[in-house]
Amino acid sequence: MAEITFLEALKQGLWEEMERDERVFILGEDVGAYGGAFKVTEGFQQRFGEARVIDTPIAEAAIVGAAAGAAHMGMRPVAEMQFIDFISCAYDMLTNYVATARYRAGLSTPMVVRGPCGGYVRGGPFHSQNPEAAFFHTPGLKIVYPATARDAKGLIKSAIRDEDPVLYLEHKWLYRRIKESLPEGEEILTPIGQARLAREGQDLSIITYGATVWKSLEAADQLAREDGVSVEILDLRSLVPMDDAAIVATVRKTGKVLIVHEDTRTGGLAGEITARINEQAFAWLDGPIMRVTAHDVPIPYAPTLEDFVLPQTDDIVKAARWLAKY
Amino acid sequence: MGPRTVPAVPNPAAPPIPAGLERWQLLELYRYLRLTRTLEERLTALYRQSKVIGGLFRSLGQEGESVASAYALERGRHQDILSPLIRNLGSMLVMGAQPIEILRQYMAKADSPTHGRELNVHFNDLEKGYLGQISHLGDMVPVMAGIALTFKMRGERRVGLVYVGDGATSTGTFHEGLNFAAVQRLPLVVIGEFNGYAYSTPPTKQFAVRDLAEKAKGYGIPAVTVDGNDVLAVYGATKHAVDRARQGKGVHFIEVKTFRRKGHAEHDDQHYVPKEEIERWARTNDPIDRFTATLLDHAWAEPAELTRLDGQVKDEVDQATDACVDEPLPAPDTALPGVFVEPATAERLWFRSL
Repeated sequence: MAEITFLEALKQGLWEEMERDERVFILGEDVGAYGGAFKVTEGFQQRFGEARVIDTPIAEAAIVGAAAGAAHMGMRPVAEMQFIDFISCAYDMLTNYVATARYRAGLSTPMVVRGPCGGYVRGGPFHSQNPEAAFFHTPGLKIVYPATARDAKGLIKSAIRDEDPVLYLEHKWLYRRIKESLPEGEEILTPIGQARLAREGQDLSIITYGATVWKSLEAADQLAREDGVSVEILDLRSLVPMDDAAIVATVRKTGKVLIVHEDTRTGGLAGEITARINEQAFAWLDGPIMRVTAHDVPIPYAPTLEDFVLPQTDDIVKAARWLAKY
Repeated sequence: MGPRTVPAVPNPAAPPIPAGLERWQLLELYRYLRLTRTLEERLTALYRQSKVIGGLFRSLGQEGESVASAYALERGRHQDILSPLIRNLGSMLVMGAQPIEILRQYMAKADSPTHGRELNVHFNDLEKGYLGQISHLGDMVPVMAGIALTFKMRGERRVGLVYVGDGATSTGTFHEGLNFAAVQRLPLVVIGEFNGYAYSTPPTKQFAVRDLAEKAKGYGIPAVTVDGNDVLAVYGATKHAVDRARQGKGVHFIEVKTFRRKGHAEHDDQHYVPKEEIERWARTNDPIDRFTATLLDHAWAEPAELTRLDGQVKDEVDQATDACVDEPLPAPDTALPGVFVEPATAERLWFRSL
């Protein structure tokens, strides 16, 4: 059983769904002949043809809009945003058209919009974003954000099979950094709406998703080693719907919560998670719910600046240490 | 109405009918025109009685292009699909939308096609072949491109048709969608409606070309400008474009020149439009008057036939109104289900159970 990367797992998931269901097709910028900016769809056009792997103009609203029209007709489009930062060009189409379609008009719109997101890669303000908060607020869009290779595969497959539109956020820092052995021949389908316990612990819960799952795991190891603090880590992996039951369960277990996300603080998901804990598990809290997030600035380019702005393992260690002593 | 119920020629001396149409089809076109106007007049009455919940949008003076363009499509279950705008009620009726559905939509009834969730003509029936717009103008161009893309991918000989107003051609989604469709050579017909005003803004403040059709050059697609109040001209131009699209020859743009004789919506007093201009269009260039004169002048119809159709249409609208005007609005808690398939319903918030 060979180890495969996060990117390879995603690619496998896409490939398997293309093989399984002829309604699945891919459209996006440079996805065909070139194989995608990060080579997620490399080899797809050779295998599935130009009709199912469509190179589009630079036109995110058209990509998402056309995907929606095809989805209404029973197709299963997977639209790639070359970098997820460009999804804002399709914000209207996603929030006004796609997200509302089932509710306002009974229209089925089973489609996936996926793309590389996230920082720690010196991408600067327009190749480092995490867009989840902008869409999290809009009823009608599911959002998944895998952290492991297994979930990269399992969630893309589940997203394609879902009856509703799904934003699939893939962290480019994880693409080739994360490796895992996935059994061949096993159908991996990660259920949308279920969190994953990434580490069991007793003293404090970290609720996180995406690349910061790995930074939290590093922090937890360090805390166990140096402080004897036992940290539990919940990898949300599905942001909409969010697994409230798993959140409440870990809060009840440890009584202390640190929410870690790479996105900026104000209006970020941590605020919503905090509110839910407040509403559903207030009595179980033994301390304030604290946040470790990016600073409220655009993501800068220079390594010194980016490292300062984004949450680092050391930040998580210090924050958890502070909270553990509370 | 159909070929068997209408005698082929009432008057043997009548000249041949253009555009491959038959006499029963002319009468059917007339009926849809009359139905559109009568239904909108009924909606106006209901609006004044405060039975229409939201705004009322009239297509007065531009019913001809809506009806004629839609009539050029293949209709029936799983045939061509169009996407209408607020002033394309006529096109939806042609595709098979029922007057009672329109009435229920405007009055936000529980049994309306969207169960009170959406307004006016914002609803759809993809089997019959219409996909309602959203309010963000231009957005339906990419969506209809996606529908046309599906026709192409599946090798189906079906055509999509999308309406855009003169103002909507300023949007980014119009450009992105049309460009994508042109590059992909999709079976899509775009009807650009030059009706003089986008809300209150005239075309001179909207774009620097004279005719919308000039814009088509930038997409490498053919375009034509037609008299939008000439029903047979619009039908002929659309039929040509639709046939061409069906043969795999790609996107076609049709500009229809018409005039919006009412305000943006019923509340709008149109103070920005010269009164004489509205009167002139009403007096000399009403699409239904013109089509009626064409039918009678060419002896393609007899006055009594048209009068009879007028009566049938009125009865149909009366019956539809009577059937739904007193229906209830949706029950409040039906607001929660149906955002997703799963979870099936949104959460009822805690303070509503206190």
